[in-house]
Amino acid sequence: MAYKIYKVNEEFKDIVPEEVVELEEKATWGNPKRGVMDLPVTKELLEEHSLCAGCPESAAIRYILASLPNPEDTIIVNSTGCTSLVFPHISLHTVHSLFGNQNSVASGIKRVLEWRFPDKAKDVVVLAGDGATVDIGLDYTLQSFFRQEKITTICFDNEVYANTGGQESGLTPKGHVFKMAPKGKLFDKVPMWQLAIDSGCHYVARLTVSSPKKVERVIKEAIYVARELGPTYIHLYTPCILEIGLNSDDGLDEMRSRDKERFAFFEYKTPHAEEVIAKYKAEGLL
Amino acid sequence: MAKLGPAHYSPYPVAVYEGILTPPKGKALLFTEIVDEEQAMREAAKAMLTRENATIFPGPQVLYAWNDEAKEKAKLIKEMAQILDAKIIPMYDYRPKYPKIDPEVEINPNHPNLTIWHNKIKACIFIGVHCHYANVALKIIRSETDCFTIAMCSQAGHEDAMITLRDQHVEEIEKFLEVAKEVKKELGKA
Ligand SMILES: Cc1ncc(C[n+]2csc(CCOP(=O)(O)OP(=O)(O)O)c2C)c(N)n1
Ligand code: SF4
Ligand SMILES: [Mg+2]
Repeated sequence: MAYKIYKVNEEFKDIVPEEVVELEEKATWGNPKRGVMDLPVTKELLEEHSLCAGCPESAAIRYILASLPNPEDTIIVNSTGCTSLVFPHISLHTVHSLFGNQNSVASGIKRVLEWRFPDKAKDVVVLAGDGATVDIGLDYTLQSFFRQEKITTICFDNEVYANTGGQESGLTPKGHVFKMAPKGKLFDKVPMWQLAIDSGCHYVARLTVSSPKKVERVIKEAIYVARELGPTYIHLYTPCILEIGLNSDDGLDEMRSRDKERFAFFEYKTPHAEEVIAKYKAEGLL
Repeated sequence: MAKLGPAHYSPYPVAVYEGILTPPKGKALLFTEIVDEEQAMREAAKAMLTRENATIFPGPQVLYAWNDEAKEKAKLIKEMAQILDAKIIPMYDYRPKYPKIDPEVEINPNHPNLTIWHNKIKACIFIGVHCHYANVALKIIRSETDCFTIAMCSQAGHEDAMITLRDQHVEEIEKFLEVAKEVKKELGKA
């Protein structure tokens, strides 16, 4: 099994740092029932991160990593942006793609894995910001949906190009002003979740990361549906507290207030996706 | 590799620029020369036994028990450290660390010089480090430090190390341990 690569040779247990031994002994490998409730008691797959203190992206990434049903056989493809500051610290295989083409890279990886390991479930998950997913990478994102690639795409929507200092993105709401968008956005927020449905995704969800359990369920459903059917898409609101002028401990309140308006929970499943989800539920995996 | 570092804090010219390639099968590389494996093993053992703070840097391919060869090699590397009176500092992953690594407990391929400077290491063995990371780390070490590098590689070797031993599997490592014991005796250190 792939998680053998985390097993430290007995001879070296005394010389590798404790956190590496813990990855073998206390992380949840080979257990598809793992989830966010394990967070306080097991070893996380993220050792540390270099995002701003209190950045909701960091909470999102922790919930996602805790929810992957098959972390030992999951490959994460990411793109440039604030999230990419986290990826070097994750104990899973991650591939940093060129800004925007993450879904193309993920498509290739998934196809090769299916060919190389036809009898094994290998999940490919894309994690990228709104700029990468919806602006510069929109073509690649949608084309991967059209082609029915069996990958899960997760967009971290902070409604801005955060990593480059506050330019407006297609997902910035109309009228919003940012440091480098002083006149305010002139057109509406792109309804990416709707584009995902129209482009052939079998499962689509839009939510904030204010509720860890909800994030877990959505992630698992999206991954299982992608494994069996085709593309799935998750749209997460992870506000950039820095660019909207909030304090480190304000992220959760900001998300809760948006839960009631433009990020009200929304979910779409095709009838086939419903069947897949019902099957996994019957197996006790959801 | 032609010279011991530090090469003016620049990895260039790298060994290939000077026409130095990895040794052919069955042979080893000692600086610029292609030599018999046993000769290179003797020189490697001598460097480790005579230079200060000799250290073995095992990489993921031998640290983790992912196949039987890795388990065997782990035992041999422990024995090697004893024979060579060397420390072991692991390169357990290749992730860039934030804000910085602890040079007492690890070596990282992105800035291996930190561990070498901090521990004043004058000779080291790379073993079980994946090719591309060994390539990068060995270049940085030569450019930034005066550490004598030895690559004990299970594949084609690394021309940027001062000594490269190629195709080193269990049998070859066992042979190296025997050679090292002899050299130690000759040096009067046994
Ligand atoms: C091909 C390419 N174009 C532009 C950039 C510059 N760049 C780096 S991060 C970034 C913005 C990222 O925004 P987003 O995807 O929303 O992620 P965030 O930082 O907001 O999480 C841009 C444009 C780049 N790195 N590569
Ligand atoms: S700039 Fe914004 S999105 Fe980036 S880490 Fe800081 S708070 Fe998070
Ligand atoms: Mg963004």
